[in-house]
Amino acid sequence: LASWVAVVGLEIHAQISSNSKLFSGSQVQFAAPPNSLVSFFDASLPGTLPVLNRRCVEAAVMTGLALNCSINKKSLFDRKHYFYADLPAGYQITQQRVPIAVNGSLSYSLCIDNKMSQMVTKTVRIKQIQLEQDSGKSLHDDTRSQTLVDLNRAGVGLMEVVMEPDMCCGEEAAAAVRELQLILQTLGSSQAIMAEGQLRVDANVSVHHPGEPYGVRTEVKNINSVRFLAKAVDYEIQRQIEELENGGTILNETRAFDSKLGCTISMRDKEGKQDYRFMPEPNLPPLILYDAKTLPANMNHQQVVNIDWIRERLPDLPSVKRAKLVELYGILPEHSFTLLNEDGLAEYFENVIKHTQMKPKKVIGWILKDLLSYLKEHALSVKDSPVSSFLLADLLNLLERKEISSSAAKQVFEELWKGEGKTPLEIVKEKQLELLQDQEELEQICQAVMDRQEDEVGAWMLW
Amino acid sequence: QGPLQVSAALREGRVGAVELCQRCLARVRDTGFLNAYISVAEDAARRQAEEAEKRYQRGQPLGVLDGIPVAVKDNFNTAGIETTCASNMLKGYISPYNATVVQKLLDQGAVLLGKTNLDEFAMGSGSTDGVFGPVRNPWSYSRQYKEKNTSKSHSENEDSEWVITGGSSGGSAAAVSSFTCFAALGSDTGGSTRNPAAHCGVVGLKPTYGLISRHGLIPLVNSMDVPGILTRCVDDAAVLLGLLAGHDPQDSTTIQDTFKPFELPDSIDIRKLCIGIPKEYHVPELSSEIQTLWSKAADLFKDAGAKVIEVSLPHTPYSIVCYHVLCTAEVASNMARFDGLEYGHRADMKQSTESMYAATRREGFNDVVRGRILSGNYFLLKENYDNYFVKAQKVRRLIANDFVKVFGSGVDILLTPTTLSDAAPYVEFIKEDNRTRSAQDDILTQAANMAGLPAVSVPAALSKRGLPLGLQFIGHSFQEKQLLTVAKWFEKQVKFPVIQLEDVKRHDCSVFQHQKSVSSL
Repeated sequence: LASWVAVVGLEIHAQISSNSKLFSGSQVQFAAPPNSLVSFFDASLPGTLPVLNRRCVEAAVMTGLALNCSINKKSLFDRKHYFYADLPAGYQITQQRVPIAVNGSLSYSLCIDNKMSQMVTKTVRIKQIQLEQDSGKSLHDDTRSQTLVDLNRAGVGLMEVVMEPDMCCGEEAAAAVRELQLILQTLGSSQAIMAEGQLRVDANVSVHHPGEPYGVRTEVKNINSVRFLAKAVDYEIQRQIEELENGGTILNETRAFDSKLGCTISMRDKEGKQDYRFMPEPNLPPLILYDAKTLPANMNHQQVVNIDWIRERLPDLPSVKRAKLVELYGILPEHSFTLLNEDGLAEYFENVIKHTQMKPKKVIGWILKDLLSYLKEHALSVKDSPVSSFLLADLLNLLERKEISSSAAKQVFEELWKGEGKTPLEIVKEKQLELLQDQEELEQICQAVMDRQEDEVGAWMLW
Repeated sequence: QGPLQVSAALREGRVGAVELCQRCLARVRDTGFLNAYISVAEDAARRQAEEAEKRYQRGQPLGVLDGIPVAVKDNFNTAGIETTCASNMLKGYISPYNATVVQKLLDQGAVLLGKTNLDEFAMGSGSTDGVFGPVRNPWSYSRQYKEKNTSKSHSENEDSEWVITGGSSGGSAAAVSSFTCFAALGSDTGGSTRNPAAHCGVVGLKPTYGLISRHGLIPLVNSMDVPGILTRCVDDAAVLLGLLAGHDPQDSTTIQDTFKPFELPDSIDIRKLCIGIPKEYHVPELSSEIQTLWSKAADLFKDAGAKVIEVSLPHTPYSIVCYHVLCTAEVASNMARFDGLEYGHRADMKQSTESMYAATRREGFNDVVRGRILSGNYFLLKENYDNYFVKAQKVRRLIANDFVKVFGSGVDILLTPTTLSDAAPYVEFIKEDNRTRSAQDDILTQAANMAGLPAVSVPAALSKRGLPLGLQFIGHSFQEKQLLTVAKWFEKQVKFPVIQLEDVKRHDCSVFQHQKSVSSL
């Protein structure tokens, strides 16, 4: 059987973390009462006009810089037309012609063969980042044959990040998205929680034989977690391969991922391809950004967005943080990945280090094996851990000073996990887990044991 | 006569704001047959007048507009007063907010009498295609017109002789022309303020695009619309402009510069002026009367010592076609929001969302609107976009550059006709469809919208039929002061007659007695 190569690209919509919406002053808030966060503009009342939110522009610039993009000093807004109940104006304001950032890249890491010890770095090209409006939500009530429309989300700022088809499987797609999530969360430009709809991923998938042109691609939507992303992509690759090997063809269509069935289903639309009738947005002048070189001398810096100013204030990105952890603490690269992957774990680790004499290389084992496995078992996040970093540090100090054995330490840890408020020292005393240091006492115990087992001792001594 | 003089009367106590308001409201009622108003806000107006009167009594009027009755075209949002755009789509629609310009008027103490009639969604050049019926030009009932139309002027036939106001801000023009108010807001996208101003014998100012906020003006073409000002004299237009212009953070297309309101000098040195006469505006459809009037006006300036030269705006002939593409494209986009879901008319169709949309839009829009939407969507299709929309934008740039070149070569003001002829009788006007009429009537006014330039129509003389003829001045971007100064000088020279309205109960009030001399050119 001839081999197949899969090609995966991603279109990711990240909700911008801001107080108000992209073009209006209404608030951005998750799970508010329906239609309670809707301004006149959001409801498309006639005569209302868009006013660009500065914070959203800054978020997009930050993200563009973090993804090594060129920031377009002049970008444009367009209208994308289609009729839908959750799109009050009958068009979405987006950036189709000239987006705010282009030509970037994202590096991400994968474990080979599921071994954490062998990680490989890959890169995916970022085609562009564009600012656009989110739509409202419609809920279909089939029992009453009606659709309920909630416009709270209508007009919230989105960054659409387009990743070129440089990925080849579900795992790569998932890893890339995971890294993007971490970057966005580090920047604060988006909270990027997929479960809350702050990060939505659509995958473009196609397959072809090596050396031949790319195959027809499908678009897969309705993916609600990073894990499902990997599943959906892999399923679709398989489906396409099977289809083609059976002599079928792939349709350029949109398919929805069904997480329960683990498959993709065609969303074949009644009409043909949509023509969005793109048109420049006449109510918004071109977005002009400045840098240190182009900023006019007498310009009020409150009035403009300065790319260099933003660049200088970028926080350490995950890749930099990881490298620092490795360098500072001598831990393995794969450890640094795990530390950053869990929200708050790196901070926890560093706090333990601060309060213990134990070497980081030993501490990391406790963090990644003991703490993390307990957290996973009880489905807890780091911030909800009953064992605080201070408590763990105390425990590790007892171990480090050889006041307890390592097996005793594990027992104490288990006790601490119950969260009864006892300190490690209290538990040690309670359970009499102290290591005996007194030589004479030890001799007495050994003698007593040997006395009780005379025959054994005798046999041993003859031997 | 206008806000300035009335304001003085109010300040001096010669007339009270409440009485003034009552008289204007009475006049609105008496001129009801003109159909200039869609909504009259009697109670609100009276309350505003009472507040104003109190302020005058305290000696603390808000400004020159305090207590002055005004009217607003029904495509501006007014909180609490119906805003219909003369369309079934918005019948009964009560906006929750005021357009910025409306708010500014109210903040100055103006008394808002009501909303004036227009072509549906401002699409048209006659004010004949709205759901509330056509607007009648007050001059139809003037002695000047009746004298010249003795042939069929028996009272029974009178009703069929009335002439249109022009459009689409015909209601506002008629409201000002018939003395129901002292100033009115219109809108201007292709000439919609200047055209009816010319036909109704009032001043119609189209400001530079970006000078006055469009927030709350229901858009026709976002990149060309401006709020327009209709008054009985040029000084009043300057006053209104001063109160309305300036940056609005809610409208990103307004310029940031601070606007400095100005007073117009009573005299200027005409010899310093260079007036341009664009030869391409000599279109064959121009009536001989207008041609003559135009020449006479040019001579007026020449005799006063101004430099009057012929100039060329070579891309003028393409502006109508270009406008057609860009206007319909924007219309298709702007009208997409009218789906019956959030506000406005909703059809009683429950089969599916799509069928509800389709029925709502078919029922809510007239043929003119629907025709433009279809055209616009066609031009915006992917396969057509470059050939139509982008091409039209390029032509637009050429048209705008024509003006840049001419103004850059030393010309201060352009002088052109506003309309092709005097106002047509309604029965004649409706013989052609809206699209044809618009294409014909917009030809002299449209290019100024393409280029975003300020322009003003000033009443110049009466036609053979006793109807107003206006002439247009086009100025440099944001040079409204120069534009209106020249317009004011011209106004003084021509001494356009006051309308002699008959059949309307004339109240015995001194404020209406200011008469310009009756001589005409």
